[in-house]
Amino acid sequence: MRWDSRLRAVLALLAALVLALGVAACGDDDDDGGDGGGGDAANLIESNPDNSGVQLTVGSKNFTEQLILGEIYAQALEAAGYNVNTDLNLGSEQVALQALEAGEISGYPEYTSTALTSFFGLAPEDVPNDPAQATEESQAEFDKRGLVTFAPAPFDSANAVGLLKETADQLGVSTVSDLEGKSQDLALFGSPECRQRVDCLVGLEDGYGLKFKSFTPVDIEQRYPVLDSGQADLSILFTTDPQLSSQADKYVILEDDQGVFPAGNPVFVATQAAVDQAGPDLQETVEKVQEGLTLEVMQELNARVDLDREEPAAVATQYLQEEGYIE
Amino acid sequence: MTAPLGFAGAFGDAIEFILTPQENRFTGGRKVGGLDQVWELTLNHIELSFAALAIALAFALPIGAILGHYGVGERVAISIGNSWRAIPELALVALVAAFIGFGFVNMTIALLILGVPPILTNTFVGVRQVDRDAVDAARGMGMSDLGIITRVELPLAVPTIMSGVRTGSINIIATAAIGPLVGQLTLGDFILNRNVYGEEGVLAGAILVASLAMLVELGLAGLQWLLTPRGVKIARERAAA
Amino acid sequence: MSSTLADLAPLAQTEIRDRSGDADCVAENGTFCFGWAADNFDRYVEPTLEHLVLVGVSVIAGFLIAFGLALLSHRRRWLIPPFITATGILYTVPSIAFFILLLPFTGRGTVTGIIALTAYALQIIYRNMVTGLNNVPVEAKDAGRGMGMTDSQLFWRVELPLSVPEIVAGLRIATVSTVAIASLAFLAGAGGLGTEIFNQIDFKTNVLIAGGLCVVMAIALDFALLLLQRLAAPWRTGRVST
Repeated sequence: MRWDSRLRAVLALLAALVLALGVAACGDDDDDGGDGGGGDAANLIESNPDNSGVQLTVGSKNFTEQLILGEIYAQALEAAGYNVNTDLNLGSEQVALQALEAGEISGYPEYTSTALTSFFGLAPEDVPNDPAQATEESQAEFDKRGLVTFAPAPFDSANAVGLLKETADQLGVSTVSDLEGKSQDLALFGSPECRQRVDCLVGLEDGYGLKFKSFTPVDIEQRYPVLDSGQADLSILFTTDPQLSSQADKYVILEDDQGVFPAGNPVFVATQAAVDQAGPDLQETVEKVQEGLTLEVMQELNARVDLDREEPAAVATQYLQEEGYIE
Repeated sequence: MTAPLGFAGAFGDAIEFILTPQENRFTGGRKVGGLDQVWELTLNHIELSFAALAIALAFALPIGAILGHYGVGERVAISIGNSWRAIPELALVALVAAFIGFGFVNMTIALLILGVPPILTNTFVGVRQVDRDAVDAARGMGMSDLGIITRVELPLAVPTIMSGVRTGSINIIATAAIGPLVGQLTLGDFILNRNVYGEEGVLAGAILVASLAMLVELGLAGLQWLLTPRGVKIARERAAA
Repeated sequence: MSSTLADLAPLAQTEIRDRSGDADCVAENGTFCFGWAADNFDRYVEPTLEHLVLVGVSVIAGFLIAFGLALLSHRRRWLIPPFITATGILYTVPSIAFFILLLPFTGRGTVTGIIALTAYALQIIYRNMVTGLNNVPVEAKDAGRGMGMTDSQLFWRVELPLSVPEIVAGLRIATVSTVAIASLAFLAGAGGLGTEIFNQIDFKTNVLIAGGLCVVMAIALDFALLLLQRLAAPWRTGRVST
């Protein structure tokens, strides 16, 4: 065994590793959000000392947009003086609701459409298009369960059947109904939960009456890679995906002409106990900090995580700083 | 949340999940679980594992035996024998998926990377460590190299080789559980998708994977007992006494 | 990165970056993006430390338990087969399943991860200890008895030191295996580098960094133990056991 050279090599590797870790650990965390914090002073969240005794836990579901939203709310509430824990990445909406009702979290952002179809049994076609009405109906239902809902955020989000533009041109399809007669030759990829969801595979099979060559469940993060690699002919995407605007010449989504994929705005749903304990600042802070979340902005934030590979927490901080909610 | 006997309830729920289709709050309508679905995923799991294991054996046994017989490549075999354990299976599967893509064949490649090394190294070491006297005696009787390998070295090396085969098989079965990450629906689907199957589904998946591994281990142990020449068995018993 | 400030609501000032021309490494999910790696390396620090803790505690615990078992079974040889079988059964259970099966008993968290990892390490170390103690040359034991040593003295002063190479070989194998298996500990809520792999599993650079750190950790720890052995017991190098 060439003892010396192997020893040298491994020691060098070890030294490099220790050095790298040391530099990283001691280095600055620069969250450069561009022109940070040059916002209106009126936006700044004031820390209220009354809130310091209150412990809140913000939850979220298990995909990028939810992680960002959860972080935004959590950091904003932290700025308002609360003690905030996060329990993000809980899972699908059923898991999140269970956590909420069990009191494990104080609140989380849910989409009105998801709430109405998944929790309250409304058929997707019956979900109101008007955000105010959808919010009202969700609020009424949540109220029956002793949960409080706040005002909706400006953007809405829906599932969508997406594909490569060239595939769409080849097949000559622009709406989901156009897939009839063609879908049995197409491979559909979606999230594992999609198999059970009425605004996903179940809706496509029952609502549109489509049969696919195959359905392969893959992690939500793979929804674009599987299209790129050609393994998927169709993939379930979200209307707030950044790729849809930044690469609009590559990906298209089919129009949901039968309304199986309703769009919904996110509303923050909280337990009555949390609301009582936290006082008015909870609702005020949440509703204030989401005002900047237009569709473009949400897509931008999603892009920073999914495309630029930054972390949701860092991106949330950038958003809050750029909009002037925190320093 | 952990009551002292809570785990009994959890396992009870899991067994129920295996036996009957469940309609639980997580699924929003479509039933999950039940023997049919369990059987389907088990079959997928076995298919994938078996394909990988068959290829691994076909590749590693002959090469290990030949190299061991001629005493070639000892350093390489030993290095492989030491280093394959360092490969984290999650990263391996993810990289295969990212660089080569999804699919049965690609998943099999990932499984091969984890299944071949123990079989290869153990075959090499086993053949190498066969009593030189036995080999010399066989040569003296005029046996060809191939004959020596197949009729003397391999049988005498059975315990060591089978130990490697068992390790390799368990690796393959364990890694096949990560298959769902690359579109291969194996028993790991229950474990990785709590959203769809619920806590009882996750636990059921774990029970099923563990049971499958145990069964295979028992089967291979039995096979080893069958294949071990009587003389070797007697010698081992004498040594252990 | 260029920026086109979108004119949205009067107060909106989030910079909208122009990605239409992005052909850089990260956007294309290239093989390894050095720039991104350099900028984002600090997110791997905490998981690496968690991982080290998991491995360290588990191997040490496994060693102590294995040592206890070896002490017990050294003079009562009938204990060896049952011990080997029992630890062997634990080893057969695939790690993914093991982490999940512990959850109803010990809940989610680092402890559950450590318990599972200790069980795996235990099997390897115990097996090697037994082999090492068995392989002590008869001459050495005879010499010791000839000098008038008691059983206990024989064990601590002759048999154990001569078994050190085999034991350290077992420690090395156990450590390397534990580093790899610990990448699944996140299933039990125990953290580690596996969480990073899983969080962005499609991003090649991320998987390469997190997986690479695992492998480097394994190599480094293996080498450290080898050095330790050469310092502590330079009289014989260990064989490879699989």
